[in-house]
Amino acid sequence: MQNNQHNPFGIKMSKKPLTKNIVTLTALVIAFAVMLVLSEAGILSRHMRSMLVPVCINIILAVSLNLLVGFLGELTLGHAGFMSVGAYAGCLFSIAMKEILPMAIRFPLAMLVGGLVAAVFGVIIGIPVLRLHGDYLAIVTLAFGEIIRSVIINLEFTGGAAGLKGTPQDSTFVIAFIVVMITLILIINLVNSRHGRAIMAIRDNRIAAEASGINVTYFRMLAFVMAAFFAGVAGVLYGHNLSILTAGTFDYNKSIELLVIVVLGGMGSIRGSIVSAIIITLLPEVLRDLADYRMLIYALVLIIMMLLNASPRFAAVKAQFSPAALKAAAAAKKAAKEGNANE
Amino acid sequence: MSKLVPLPSKALVPERDADKFPILDVRHLGIDFGGLTAVDDFNFTMGRTEIGGLIGPNGAGKTTVFNLLTNVYRPTRGSILLDGVDTLGMSTHQVNKLGIARTFQNIRLFTNMSVLDNVKVGLHNSTKSNLFASVTHGPAFHKAERKAKERALELLSVFHMEDLADAQAGSLPYGAQRRLEIVRALATEPGIMLLDEPAAGMNPSETAELMENIRKIRDTFQIAIMLIEHDMSLVMGICEGIAVLNYGKIIAKGTPDEIKSNPAVIEAYLGKKEE
Repeated sequence: MQNNQHNPFGIKMSKKPLTKNIVTLTALVIAFAVMLVLSEAGILSRHMRSMLVPVCINIILAVSLNLLVGFLGELTLGHAGFMSVGAYAGCLFSIAMKEILPMAIRFPLAMLVGGLVAAVFGVIIGIPVLRLHGDYLAIVTLAFGEIIRSVIINLEFTGGAAGLKGTPQDSTFVIAFIVVMITLILIINLVNSRHGRAIMAIRDNRIAAEASGINVTYFRMLAFVMAAFFAGVAGVLYGHNLSILTAGTFDYNKSIELLVIVVLGGMGSIRGSIVSAIIITLLPEVLRDLADYRMLIYALVLIIMMLLNASPRFAAVKAQFSPAALKAAAAAKKAAKEGNANE
Repeated sequence: MSKLVPLPSKALVPERDADKFPILDVRHLGIDFGGLTAVDDFNFTMGRTEIGGLIGPNGAGKTTVFNLLTNVYRPTRGSILLDGVDTLGMSTHQVNKLGIARTFQNIRLFTNMSVLDNVKVGLHNSTKSNLFASVTHGPAFHKAERKAKERALELLSVFHMEDLADAQAGSLPYGAQRRLEIVRALATEPGIMLLDEPAAGMNPSETAELMENIRKIRDTFQIAIMLIEHDMSLVMGICEGIAVLNYGKIIAKGTPDEIKSNPAVIEAYLGKKEE
């Protein structure tokens, strides 16, 4: 890129998203392999081993929420609601099919059921909610998340406040990782397609998107339903990782935690969502030894990371160590060396 | 609702379009905002390859007319026939599919997306890949994407912008942003393009270049172009038919020469001479 360096107008070149995402996926596979070996070899403590599946679940949740917050540009606070709907649908399915189907068929089917039921709820809630924008949408989705939780607590077949017992514990690190990879590939593909462009166009300028022939209502609904589907799948993984499923875990604190992950990782950045999901999930556990100061340090780390993320100087430092910049620096060094040799 | 009458106004269709059905036929169009009548009894016809101008003092209702034509507002009275089809009750994106594309007075680009992606959004309805193809990226998807990219670069080359394809749209200089908006509008394959102050903020040499390009676009794509503009050298230079709007009403209609000497127009712009 010659004209990139002599750029009189300060025109920013956009990065090639696909190559960037391939790097991300490869790094993720390597991280998975390392963790799998460590956990199989017994090097990882029991406590850390128990964190592997929750990390995967939070990655799925964060990336799917990013589809709404980062790519569609709408703040929603009801993601935990869709997660709980999926979790209960999937777990009830598994309990019913426990004796009939083997695990290899039952579990993928349960995830599909959980995802689809959550997607249906996405449509039902989306029809009234998607008339709104901005703060109003955020508050109404928050309310819907809370309604779902209250309904589940008061229903008979969900186990009520006591929780749902008897779900087979099918979630393993390997399965959770496979689901993470499928989710990431599907969402990355979506974002880099005609449909993804339409969704981002709505974020950047709704009026212009509509004038360019994009059915804004349809694509807002599409993003909302897709996000609900993957939240539902993550919920099924969650439900099959515990011996007892209680609705209390899906309150607005969970939705806010997910939003924190997405904002911290950078809205519209899939790689950022993954990294920050890993950090935010592990942080409280890593700090467990500090007992009383745990939440204090957690909050401080959040504040510091947010400040760093918002600082242009940190962004410049980060850019300096990006593969493209390192390559350019190496090339410049080489060119300078050759120049010296010629003289 | 008023009844349709055949060609209510003296049409200013250029000779080469005279025997053809007009692309746009607006009859008795009007809109009220509360008690305020923003546009009233607006009659206008556009030939298939005509360049038409809509001028008038600030606040005359020019942009409101554009918003009515693209169904951003619902008219209180009258009808819009686009290629013979009444667009009443359609949404903006349906009207776009039917053949109206527009640019905006205050530039509205997809600022965080690349220049190429901006044009590809314009190609949205001509890129044929369904949701399944979009999430799986099969061979058919790649074929459609390649086609869209080729077409987008071809359209960008109209303004010699193909080198900027990877630039972020929001970081382009002002003139390039205006040009990109026109390219994006062209990408939707319109029958008529509405340009809202395309020369705003441009210097005389840029305006002259824009004038050439508008003519070139009309000749290459064989479409009608209607523009709102305050730069009289541009309007008088390329428009074949001009309508002058004041307080929401058409006060004059005619060729550039007729408009220049029309006393009602002079009064609207400069005020009445005191006796």
